[in-house]
Amino acid sequence: MVDAVIRRSEIAVPARRRSGLRRAMQRKSTVAFLMALPLILLIGLFVVYPALYSVHLATLNKSMERFVGLDNFFFLFKRETFWMVVQQSCIFAITAVIFKAIIGFIVAHFVHNVPAKGQRKWRGMLLVPWVIPPAMSTLAWLWLFDPSYSAFNWVLALFGVGPVPWTGDAYWARFSVILVNVWIGAPFFMIMYLAALKSVPEQLYEAAAIDGANWWQRIWYVTLPMMRNIIAITALFSLIVTFANFDIVRILTAGGPIDRTHVFATWAFWLGIQGGDIPLGASVSLFMVPILAIAAIFILRDISKRGNEA
Amino acid sequence: MRKTKLTRRQFAVRTAAASATALVAPFVHTARAAGKLSLMFWDHWVPGANGASTELINEWAAKEKVEVAIDYVTSQGSKNLLTIAAEAQARSGHDIVAMPTWWPQDQARNLEPVDDVMEALIAQNGAVNDTVKYLGRADNHWIAVPATIGSQIKGPCSRIDLMKQHAGIDIQAMYPAGSPPKAENWTTDTYLRAAEACHKAGFAFGIGLGQTSDSVDTAGAFFQSFGAELVNAKGDLTVKTDAVKQALDYSKRVAAFYPPDAPAWDDASNNKWLVSGRGALIMNPPSAWAVAKRDAPQVAEQCWTHGFPAGPKGRVAPFLPYFWGVWNFSKNKAAAKSLLVHLSQPAAVEKLVVASGGYDLPSFANLTTLKVWAEEGPPKGTLYHYPNPHNHQTLSIAAAPAPPKIAFQIYTQAIQTKMIVRHLQGEPMDKTLAWAEGEVEGFLRT
Repeated sequence: MVDAVIRRSEIAVPARRRSGLRRAMQRKSTVAFLMALPLILLIGLFVVYPALYSVHLATLNKSMERFVGLDNFFFLFKRETFWMVVQQSCIFAITAVIFKAIIGFIVAHFVHNVPAKGQRKWRGMLLVPWVIPPAMSTLAWLWLFDPSYSAFNWVLALFGVGPVPWTGDAYWARFSVILVNVWIGAPFFMIMYLAALKSVPEQLYEAAAIDGANWWQRIWYVTLPMMRNIIAITALFSLIVTFANFDIVRILTAGGPIDRTHVFATWAFWLGIQGGDIPLGASVSLFMVPILAIAAIFILRDISKRGNEA
Repeated sequence: MRKTKLTRRQFAVRTAAASATALVAPFVHTARAAGKLSLMFWDHWVPGANGASTELINEWAAKEKVEVAIDYVTSQGSKNLLTIAAEAQARSGHDIVAMPTWWPQDQARNLEPVDDVMEALIAQNGAVNDTVKYLGRADNHWIAVPATIGSQIKGPCSRIDLMKQHAGIDIQAMYPAGSPPKAENWTTDTYLRAAEACHKAGFAFGIGLGQTSDSVDTAGAFFQSFGAELVNAKGDLTVKTDAVKQALDYSKRVAAFYPPDAPAWDDASNNKWLVSGRGALIMNPPSAWAVAKRDAPQVAEQCWTHGFPAGPKGRVAPFLPYFWGVWNFSKNKAAAKSLLVHLSQPAAVEKLVVASGGYDLPSFANLTTLKVWAEEGPPKGTLYHYPNPHNHQTLSIAAAPAPPKIAFQIYTQAIQTKMIVRHLQGEPMDKTLAWAEGEVEGFLRT
């Protein structure tokens, strides 16, 4: 009898294991995890590993032979150029995101009001700046802003307006890189806002109209509250991408004149790759992390708070 | 027992000859014993120049029975620098890498010493100048071999007609083809007056004040011609010295006659300036002239490459040697060294120089008088003085003689051009010097 019981339990354990595995495989979360696994591995390989490696690099001395802890960061804090780059990165990212949001919002409204028949064409055309690889479109802008042969200046000269030093003067150069970033990024905002606009229930506008709300009040009290989350997420996403921008500044001004358009990524490249000081370059690029993390925490906290209120 | 007495001179000659023989002689005696060799060479901008180096390499590979793979990597977008940095990090990659000016110093700890190769080549081809030694040696060892491909002097290339017409300067008389220069009056003062005159006439000198190498090299050469060093050879900060003040003041005065957008110029801007016929002088190797020959022949036939103006402390011209380095993690160092010797043989050097239309410069003294520079044209002799055949100017590089690791940072961060632009845009000299001192102080860290 005892023998029989033992034998039965021996048989039951693998069966239980099998059924447990089957149950796990039937769970949606397990399937989702397995499907996401290739992506997780890729992120691990191409994002997490390089990020950790750059942290390691940032703790080495200039010749990468000994551990110096946070000395590279302390060194940066004492550099005038570093603080200028911090300031410029903030000006670049915040200004560009604000303009992209405003232009995207306005254009989304225009497109939303275009009759459905022609709307697809407009949407397609307006997305063109966003879908062209930025390195290519920035090259075209470079020719338009060329120090000596600017096409814009040629047009301005026809109206008797003197040549503008688009990339030769610090303020104009900053304006130029922000302009190109806005041109490339505004369509992303437009398409996100357009999707959000389409999801606002028409009844809310009807109710507002019955209450006598004018155009501005409809925007302020209906559209904007309904779009708040998408505005916040789009702004956060764009802020991160704009902060980490490399190609536009690199191609258009290479950080000049006299470093006045450098942002974190371009300065890190300049120091690390061109200047051969990889640890310092890694330290500069890592400096973006806390700034962006703080922005992300605030914006996501706001979104989740509103989600809970809803 | 008879003793043979050897003088010191005889000993040196015999040792050099023995080294040369050992290196030039085939190092492989059995087929396939030589293995593989992979090369990263600079992708030359002159069409056909890569073909000449490929031919020379294949010729050597066939003789030595080595399987060779060549990658021509462009310097556009710093792709060559990225490759060097990545291979150094991974300690894996090509066996030989072409490195621009400062990179052998930066990668010194990863490079195989090439004293044996250099001693043999110097014995065979003549001495190399101090800049090549400054950039190619570390800890009393040669760490790289100066490459003919890509090495250049960035001296003035003037418009004969415009300089004569607006500045009253006969460039060809000062630098006659086939003869030593008669350029005693070609000084920084003359240059300043000529810059002003040509600016007034609407043909400003096309000198950049940006952060790329053409701008930095010119600014650096002017600083050196005033004896201005930001950091001296011992590594001491020397920003706030009279020589630096004089150089900065002069540079600011002359920069007022450069194009107003010069602070935004890159290495292509000066070429375009000359080729479009808008300027009377640029500082460049003959690449701009070569482009003009193709796109604007009427401009090309008025171009003359010549020496730098002399300053109070001498006549200094920017020299940017390229190097070939062998990684110390290379698996075929012997073959790599043998190939470098082959590429530096006089016949090979001449072939490379001809293929580049006279652009590439060998670093060895006996190889700076090749026929190609005397014969290239139009106008004939336009490149005669390009390789500094009469040694009438000191070849140097901006930021020298600071210890190379510090100088590399000064150069890359374009400290001298930034000083000029800051001062030009109204910043008081003391403030500019204080800013520069702060920046350079940061480069002293190890």
